[in-house]
Amino acid sequence: MKLAICAGPATTGKTSVLRHMIRKLQDAGDQVAFLKIDVQFAEEDEIFAREFGIPTRKVYSGELCPDHCNVMVLGDALQWAERSGANILLVETAGLCLRCSPYVDGGLGMIVVEATSGTNLPFKIGPMLSLADVAVVTKIDRVSQAEREVFRSRIQDVAPNVKVREVNALYGIGIDPLVDAIHNQADTWDKMLLRGNPPVGTCTICVGKKEIGWQAHFGVVRSLENQNFYRGE
Amino acid sequence: MINTITILGGRSRSGVPEAVERIDLKMGDVVSIVGPTGSGKTTLINDLELFADANTQTGRRVLINDERPPLEYRDNPAMNPIALITQHTTFLSDLPVVDFLTAHAGIRAVKKTQIDEMIQKTLDFANQLTGEPIVLTSRMTELSGGQTRALLIADATIICNTPIVLLDEVENAGINRTRAMELLREYRKVFIFVTHDPRIALLSDYRIVMQGGSITKVLYTNEEERIFSHKVSKLDDLLSAMRDKIRFGERLTTHELEGLA
Repeated sequence: MKLAICAGPATTGKTSVLRHMIRKLQDAGDQVAFLKIDVQFAEEDEIFAREFGIPTRKVYSGELCPDHCNVMVLGDALQWAERSGANILLVETAGLCLRCSPYVDGGLGMIVVEATSGTNLPFKIGPMLSLADVAVVTKIDRVSQAEREVFRSRIQDVAPNVKVREVNALYGIGIDPLVDAIHNQADTWDKMLLRGNPPVGTCTICVGKKEIGWQAHFGVVRSLENQNFYRGE
Repeated sequence: MINTITILGGRSRSGVPEAVERIDLKMGDVVSIVGPTGSGKTTLINDLELFADANTQTGRRVLINDERPPLEYRDNPAMNPIALITQHTTFLSDLPVVDFLTAHAGIRAVKKTQIDEMIQKTLDFANQLTGEPIVLTSRMTELSGGQTRALLIADATIICNTPIVLLDEVENAGINRTRAMELLREYRKVFIFVTHDPRIALLSDYRIVMQGGSITKVLYTNEEERIFSHKVSKLDDLLSAMRDKIRFGERLTTHELEGLA
């Protein structure tokens, strides 16, 4: 079983990118299964099941962080994909809080970002970008060549080891190398680990302490003067 | 240095080998791609972007200077060969024009001293394409449609270092097309127009004709077309003058076409 986890902010074109990838994987003779993880609404599972006739599922994370939910369900999902006769599992997740990333060692980590979201975006999305294997940049036909180049070079500043792929997800231009990346991915292991470190073990706010100011909290605290750029490692 | 980019023919969707086996795009060429919707123009662009090596749907191969490009070309996004301008392409930035161009030129320039020269060249180029000159201190978001298009083309031509500039159906963009095509010839790049505009097609060196997913022929602009292109341009100018009259609430008469004889 090969695994690819695809994250990225809402409406960047994750689903369009995955649609072209599924079509090309099917053309190559692969059996693909698809899992969507979202907070409270998603219909990609139904759409892909209808379009491609592949096994699909979704899970709503609800009160859990979607990346937390991903850690919980991924083991079951790999078994489900295996039982469904798939040799590739694609997971699409809405990584929302930008502090952790859903990628695991043993699977391909893909982030989808859009060139139209402004040239500062690469600085803003933390480990979802810096821990990925591939950054897929969509909507490149919408922005000037100048902004496209600045966006690209900022991704490379923040995440020098991440491969950048610029694609036009509308027409499927530039998708083939992503398919190659999945084919070249090693099979998943029995005991997989989340890539990078989760941000905070316990959080006093999450358990209900509502007082403002770090002095009222314990565990990991942060004052205004203590700033560092979080990379998830 | 890139001198030629070669497309070696693959096969059509039905598996038939492509009629055109080889096209050499030489730096300085101005080329049109023509063909109806669904004829395979997009997949041809995909093959160029990816430096296809018989590993895409079409089976085409792309060579640089007659050799298989090193893997780095495909893996390094900075080597992406195509600067793309479509009808939807625009500037997102609201910086003043001069700051914006300085930021872009700063990535490209080898020496700091080149930046000012690059910006001046870009501005001069753009201002020859648009009727309303661009002022360096105006904000990017204040530019008109024609000014934006002119600056996109000038920036992609002068500041970018991609060997190919692709202009996808930009004919209705309110720029001086004849002047644009004269100016583009001064740069060592391949300019590809995806178009169905007779004026642009006839001012190109040749046009790549597509149908059913393959390149069916390459038509070099012949002597007759070259001479005829002046009339086509004239007709086009008359039409655009009529458009302006309509825009300003005037009436049209049969005299409008008199200049054509």
